[in-house]
Amino acid sequence: MAVVFKKPEALTDAPLHYCPGCTHGIIHRLVAEAIDDLGILGRTVGVAPVGCAVMSYDYFSCDMVEAAHGRAPAVATGLKRAMPDRIIFTYQGDGDLASIGMAETVHAATRNENITVIFVNNAIYGMTGGQMAPTSLPGQVTQTSPYGRDVKTVGYPIKVCELLSALDAPYYIERVAVNNVKNVLAAKKAINRAFRNQIEGKGFSLIEVISSCPTNWGMTPDNALKWIDTDMIPYYPLGVYRDKSKEAE
Amino acid sequence: MYTQILIAGFGGQGILFAGKVLAYKGLEEDRQISWLPSYGPEMRGGTANCSVIISDTPVGSPIVSNPDILIAMNLPSLDKYEDAAVPGAQLFIDSFLIERKVARTDVKAHYIPATKIARDLGLPTLANMIILGKVIKETGVVSMDGLKEALSKTVSAKHADLIDANLKAIEAGYNYAE
Amino acid sequence: MAKVLMKGNEAIAEAAIRAGCRHYFGYPITPQTEVAAYMSKRMPKIGGTFLQAESEISAVNMVYGVASAGLRAMTSSSSPGVSLKQEGISYLAGCDLPALIVNVQRGGPGLGGIQPSQSDYFQATKGGGHGDYHLIVLAPASVQEMADLTVKAFDLADKYRMPAMLLADGTMGQMMEPVELPEPAEYKPDKPWTVTGTENRREHNIVNSLYLVPEQLEQKNLERYEKYASVEKNEVMYEEYMTDDADICVVAFGIAARVSKNAITEARKRGIKAGLIRPITLWPFPSGVIRKTADKVKGFISVELSMGQMIEDIRLAEECKKPVTLCSRVGGMIPSPEEVLNAIIKMEGGEN
Repeated sequence: MAVVFKKPEALTDAPLHYCPGCTHGIIHRLVAEAIDDLGILGRTVGVAPVGCAVMSYDYFSCDMVEAAHGRAPAVATGLKRAMPDRIIFTYQGDGDLASIGMAETVHAATRNENITVIFVNNAIYGMTGGQMAPTSLPGQVTQTSPYGRDVKTVGYPIKVCELLSALDAPYYIERVAVNNVKNVLAAKKAINRAFRNQIEGKGFSLIEVISSCPTNWGMTPDNALKWIDTDMIPYYPLGVYRDKSKEAE
Repeated sequence: MYTQILIAGFGGQGILFAGKVLAYKGLEEDRQISWLPSYGPEMRGGTANCSVIISDTPVGSPIVSNPDILIAMNLPSLDKYEDAAVPGAQLFIDSFLIERKVARTDVKAHYIPATKIARDLGLPTLANMIILGKVIKETGVVSMDGLKEALSKTVSAKHADLIDANLKAIEAGYNYAE
Repeated sequence: MAKVLMKGNEAIAEAAIRAGCRHYFGYPITPQTEVAAYMSKRMPKIGGTFLQAESEISAVNMVYGVASAGLRAMTSSSSPGVSLKQEGISYLAGCDLPALIVNVQRGGPGLGGIQPSQSDYFQATKGGGHGDYHLIVLAPASVQEMADLTVKAFDLADKYRMPAMLLADGTMGQMMEPVELPEPAEYKPDKPWTVTGTENRREHNIVNSLYLVPEQLEQKNLERYEKYASVEKNEVMYEEYMTDDADICVVAFGIAARVSKNAITEARKRGIKAGLIRPITLWPFPSGVIRKTADKVKGFISVELSMGQMIEDIRLAEECKKPVTLCSRVGGMIPSPEEVLNAIIKMEGGEN
């Protein structure tokens, strides 16, 4: 019988700890499929964040480093400078990448560091139990914004793709989502592209993936996916924000 | 011999450089050496000073608090360090910039209008080397032989054309009669 | 090899390169900036990496990345910057990663000043970041040692798989002395734990300090402390100066030790038998020699550029057998030989 669906080589057999309905699992799979498709498993090194994906070091079967909170792009910079022929990626959440690690993110981008950044934006701190994130929407109720995010006192959400595409250097920046089949397929293509860019030595590629957090959003998984359509994507429009391959033409 | 030298003046007078020339020359003569600059904002226009120790025995503290040789390139430096010099110390004063005389009587003062000599020679930035020449003449802390080699190590490669000018200034100071 | 005149900061940089370090990450801060400046000149010419990081935090995490790949990496800074690096240092220790951190100390706390200090002794030797850990801490007292101990720090860090710190001060960084540089050595890592890619030939390696099961984390800590015990047993370094017949023992490291030597020479001229123990490793601390010396001297004088930090380790080492006094200046001031001499005379006279 022909095998039509199997676990990617780039994932281990460790059972994922993510909550039911969380889309981290899908994103892990897309990253793993990209690594498999490009045949780079043996020479890839991943950097795990602090946050829900902290234990991704157990899930990806490539060599893995666990970084301090927000420091993954700096750690990835060290790895890449030490081993220019290795493929280095970071896998980071919104608190990690856009709050405590914003400096590392911006500066890795402006150096056009030849790494791949997978940025999972679910508009909340999941691991610590649902606090306001730098990307929580205006009015969004979280544990630390119990009356809704008040933009007058805590400011507006950070749009990472828009922010980084104001820099001259980064090679490729795209925002995708994984809340329906069509979006998942587009996300797969984008993540593939981001790894391919690195193999070709093009430089910094960041894929922002709009992800769900049914547990901390207080929704069913189904409603969480719908909320991405109704609330998240209107605020964080999907699409390519930077593509230097086009500019070169 | 354990000679403690303090060179002091304005930032920009080549205070640290003069110390380096002595240090390199001392190294060439197989002596023990330390060179310690003041550092920080004073590098850019304030007062600068530099401790140099040239010795036949290992150097202890590199900080010169009580110099055997004091080079004062401006009045604040003389005011600040005159009392610190050891009895019997030799003081070298740029008398073109410092109008007063040394008050102490237990030290030997040398007055050299170094800044003026340098200008007259067409080497206006090398008053430091003029005064250094006089220091070498009067103290013998290092010798004049092989000074060019020491200079070539002190002067950065891109300013190598200035070695001869420095040498000329040192010789002028060496031959200056008070 | 012929001696050359070099600034202490430059000697660190050149020695690191000769020890096979090809990755330097830093951030400008007085009085250590010459390390970065030197690296920025040299590294591009030898195929190495010099990167001015966006922060001290990023710099130490870049070091963490290179160390994970098994290569020799370093960062350098001065006191306020080293405070920022503490997070990364704790992670290096928690992941058992070898690396070199240089601290050319200046006065503190806060922004403090830019003149020499030794007031980061606690931070360096007691674990400046969170968690149970130690760094190997080496304290150079000459430009020659700035070079030699840099090489030694890399070697020890690799030998024990732990971060090492060179704890210098502004004087050591800024002064020039003749130095004989170490012979260049090619560094060939042999570290099976590194994350260099599995090449599809082995299970994946993970560099990590997270252990959510308390029993596992406890075990990790216990193992690490076994390693620390062997460092304490094997790697203590110190210099003794005129201690054979000494009645009074000065204990000082770095610039304070050099000032103290002048004072001891002067004391001897006056017939006072003073001597010096100069710790070269601050961790592991040379407790053994101090304990032994306690039996034969009147007392100890801790000469420090701090309000009295090392003095606590001296007291612990000599188990309060003899009095220990403090002779110190702080804020960028340095005790003069006369001040140290006075402390010696005072102790000789029986005043404690």
